[in-house]
Amino acid sequence: MKQKALKIWNPGMECMDREQMRDLQSARLRETVRRVYDNVPMYRARMDEKGVKPEDIRTVDDLRYLPFTDKPDLREYFPFGLLAVPKDRIVRIQGSSGTTGMPIVAGYTAKDVETWTEMVARGVTAAGGGPEDVVQVCYGYGLFTGGLGLHQGATKVGAMVVPMSSGNTKRQIAMMKSLGVTMFGCTPSYAMHIGETIRDMGMDLKDFRLKSAVLGAEPWSENIRTRIEELLDIDALDIYGLTEIAGPGVATECLFKNGMHVNEDNVIVEIVNPETLEPLPYGEKGELVFSTITKEGMPLLRYRTHDLSRLNPEKCECGRTNVRMERIMGRTDDMLIIRGVNVFPSQIETVLTNIEGCEPHFMLTVERTGTTDSMEIQVEVNDRIFGDTVGHLEQFRRRIREEMKSALGLSAEIKLVEAKSLPRFEGKARRVVDNRKL
Amino acid sequence: MFVKQISVFLENSKGSLSRMTRMISEAGLDLIALSIADTEHYGILRCIVTDTEKGYQTLKDAGYTARLTDVLAVYVPDHPGGLADVLDVLRDESISVEYLYSFVRSSGSHALIIFHLDELERGAEVLTRKGIRLLDQEQIRSL
Repeated sequence: MKQKALKIWNPGMECMDREQMRDLQSARLRETVRRVYDNVPMYRARMDEKGVKPEDIRTVDDLRYLPFTDKPDLREYFPFGLLAVPKDRIVRIQGSSGTTGMPIVAGYTAKDVETWTEMVARGVTAAGGGPEDVVQVCYGYGLFTGGLGLHQGATKVGAMVVPMSSGNTKRQIAMMKSLGVTMFGCTPSYAMHIGETIRDMGMDLKDFRLKSAVLGAEPWSENIRTRIEELLDIDALDIYGLTEIAGPGVATECLFKNGMHVNEDNVIVEIVNPETLEPLPYGEKGELVFSTITKEGMPLLRYRTHDLSRLNPEKCECGRTNVRMERIMGRTDDMLIIRGVNVFPSQIETVLTNIEGCEPHFMLTVERTGTTDSMEIQVEVNDRIFGDTVGHLEQFRRRIREEMKSALGLSAEIKLVEAKSLPRFEGKARRVVDNRKL
Repeated sequence: MFVKQISVFLENSKGSLSRMTRMISEAGLDLIALSIADTEHYGILRCIVTDTEKGYQTLKDAGYTARLTDVLAVYVPDHPGGLADVLDVLRDESISVEYLYSFVRSSGSHALIIFHLDELERGAEVLTRKGIRLLDQEQIRSL
């Protein structure tokens, strides 16, 4: 820990007695369930189907009787089918970085934006931020919640905000130096890239005033944290969020770096067994499931994140009492996050099956060189594709590369391999080799 | 008039070439002509063997991606400018050469070169008309 001062943005909510927090959550849950039952046809239909009435849900413990929600629901009811308020009350749309062909979006009321802002403000404060700080936002601005989320939260705590968005590393660094930036936010891999670039440019860290960074939007590890902290001489802190629930700030880490504090006055977090969907006790590893309990625009109950983690309800050394979630340990599905973009192996298969004559078999290898992730997709050459000239095969390869790029939003190297040389699977296919050392 | 060539897709990996050529020899076949087009990750091996059907079947049975392609076996006078003369004929007729390679075996006063053209049929006619000799599969086999 590089910093000494421990600040808490909203001690009332962040350090509440756990019994009291439970009561607050139960009251807010009751209200939310009633509201979605009355206003969102999907919830009403699903609860009726399970024979659950709003009045059956009295406390947090009754959560288990409610049906789950998942990403496909957001696609099915895209764009406004899950709103619990009239559309005029929506003041903001944000979307997911996911790229499965169909975007997902979430609508926010003015109060939802405020709640989200409050959650990020708590995180910025927990990372040592306040009015005296200069916060550079190197997350992308746009539908993606990273840029605007941190922007709003840092503005709320009174910091001077530098809205750089992502990219153009040398310019980012020049700004950090000349404005005396003390904090910044981006993906962990980009933070590492910034650190390495500063080092490679032969610049002296003494010319910077950096003290901490709020890093999220992709999985990382303690090793990467250590490297970033050494490169930049800062506290590198984890932040978790997802568009469906709010955006970044659903949970944020404090300077003790021992798990992310979940903003429990706004969300109820559960850990469930991803196979049976049975709730698991604190301390057990499982899938994170969130229910929003203050959200007006698009409330979600028991939303499955497919992220694996563990919960710790013990009071933190920083004084906060809300439950902490461990850094994301993996996914329950086969989704990969490559350069901040969600990639599902099924997307690759779809691209291949749409190309006439192409085999659906493939192997995806993900590598990390320095701080950059790269993908190689192996595709078999069969008789229908094989055209006797290099020009013909290269044209085929180019076509796959272009279609992958437009479907995934990422460039991939396409490697042609001999027919039937790739493994065939019975049951669950394992077509992904992730060689990144996180 | 045409000669059947076998084309095989091969990955660039250690031993892939020897494995494939060994298979041809174990089937009792001779390679009469051979060429490889290579790229960073893969290559295309093109060859003419003493028994095309058997060679093709052997490779297919072993799981290779292979195909038969018609090509011309051109009997090119073995003196300076011999090949250039043949190419001029094709150029004058606007016929493009997609690839060519020479034989493993040669025949005294003439070199044997395999041509693949964008217009194979017309190319054959034009060359024949100009007095350039083309060999057929049987003639090649008995060289």
